[in-house]
This record gives sequence, C-alpha cells and structure tokens, in this order.
Amino acid sequence: METSKIIFYLLGGFILGMALMAVTEKKIFRAAIWLLFTLIGVAGLYFWMSLEFIAAVQIIVYVGGIVVLIIFSVFLTHQAEEDMPKTNIVRKLAAGLSVLLGAAFTIRLFLTNDFSLSPVEFDSEVSRIGEAMLQTGPGGFLLPFEAVSMLLLAAMVGCIVIAIRPDKPDKAEKENNDPLTDRREKNLLNTENNYS
Amino acid sequence: MNYLQEILVISTALFFIGIYGLLTRRNIIAILMSVELMLNSVNINFVAFNKYLFPNSLDGIFFTIFIITIAAAEEAIAIAIVINLYRNHNSVDIESTTLLKF
Repeated sequence: METSKIIFYLLGGFILGMALMAVTEKKIFRAAIWLLFTLIGVAGLYFWMSLEFIAAVQIIVYVGGIVVLIIFSVFLTHQAEEDMPKTNIVRKLAAGLSVLLGAAFTIRLFLTNDFSLSPVEFDSEVSRIGEAMLQTGPGGFLLPFEAVSMLLLAAMVGCIVIAIRPDKPDKAEKENNDPLTDRREKNLLNTENNYS
Repeated sequence: MNYLQEILVISTALFFIGIYGLLTRRNIIAILMSVELMLNSVNINFVAFNKYLFPNSLDGIFFTIFIITIAAAEEAIAIAIVINLYRNHNSVDIESTTLLKF
C-alpha cells in the first residue's frame, strides 16, 4: 500500500473518531474541543488533496474563529464542568437506527455509481482562485464576493442588535426626570436658538 | 473504489454523525456544533468533486469558500441569539424554550 493511501486512511479515521466523540461527549466544553480536532482533521484532508488555500481558510475561519466563538458562548451560558441533560434511550436508539440506515443507503448509492475521473490533473495554484474571485463574466465570482461581503456586514450589525443588553426601563425614566439633564438640554436648546 | 468514492464515504459518515448529534442533543450550543459538522462534510464533497471530476473549473472551490464564510456569519448570529435566550430564560435547553409555542 502506498504512503498517501495510509495517510488518507489515518486522516479519515481521525476525523470520524473525533466527530463521534464530539456528538457523544457528556460535558459540553470537551465536546467543543473534540469538534476542534475534527475541524483540524478536515483541514488535514484538504492538505492531503493538495488544496492548501482551502485548508488555510478552514484553519483560520473554523478553528480560529468558530470554535473560539463556541467556547466563548459555553463560558457565558454554562457551568462548563456540569454534564449536559441526558436524552432518553429510545430517542437515541431511533436516531442511531435512522442514521445507520441513511448512511448505508447513501454509501450504497455512490459505490454502485460509476464516477469517471477526469484524466487532467487539478491545478491548485492560488493565483487561479484569486483571479477568478475578482473577475466579472463567465468563470468570475465578483458578484457573489460582493454579496457575501454585504452579508457579513449585515450579520455583524445583526449580532450587535440581538446581543446588546437593552436599557432597563426604570433607569431610563430616572434619567429623563433628572433635573441636571433637563437643564443641560434646555441650555443646548438655547444655544441652538442663539446660533439660528 | 477510487479516491473520490473513498472521500465520499468519509464525508457521508461525517454528515450522518452530525445528524445523529442533531437528533439526540438537547442543548442548543451542542446542536450548533452538529450543524457545523454537517457543513464541513458538504464542503469536503464540493472540493472532492471539483478536484477529481472537473479540474478545469473552480466552482466547487468557490462554493466551499462561500459556505465557510456564511457558516461563520450564521454561527455569530446563532450565538447572539443563544446569549439573548440565556438572558431571558436562564437556560439553553431546547425543551424549556417554549416562548413561541402556541
């Protein structure tokens, strides 16, 4: 057996093992760490396919961004050492059975299908990706690129709007009744009138 | 069995592991983690199809890049919602969040 094949099987086993640990672990913080190892394994699979750019994006965005976000939210909302609530055994069995059947069906589908691999070698030059990303016309991805940048901006604003702590109503009232602020506002109005 | 089919076996297994987590977990953050697993398996599929079947085009690569970007945005929004929910309910268990239940 060739070396690359052995590395591929090791990577596959690593990914699946870590993913299984991530969905069956009882403590949520440990599950997040198993998820982190799964994502690193997927990045390794991209490296194995010699797609260095996608692997780098995977490590930067998933491992560096999303997992850190998840860990932050775990720390904000949980006692990290407590066990998660248990699911009953019937639901677990049903889920496992349906998952096994679905996986067997899908895998059988594409094992019987004949994929004719292309004889041309894939050119994984990064400049190819960069040029296509900023090109209009056929084969160019400028419009989705811009649309995704707008989406990121909208997501940023949305996060702030959703997660911001609203002012307590009694506090806001107090501020309105505060004589000091009243006076300041009157002064402001006066100066504005003077200017106009 | 060629390389493409072996990669597809791995990504299918990853996808169904994600579905298992989605069906059995009761914690919102754990469900989000399962969704991330499923998104990752889809990315592997796109990249493998692009590399082994259509080496002259870049569509699969770009789909993967955009999926990763949108997954990051989705995760940030979801975590903002989870934090807001925790502030109102003091819990992130899906069985106890029945605010929208009619």
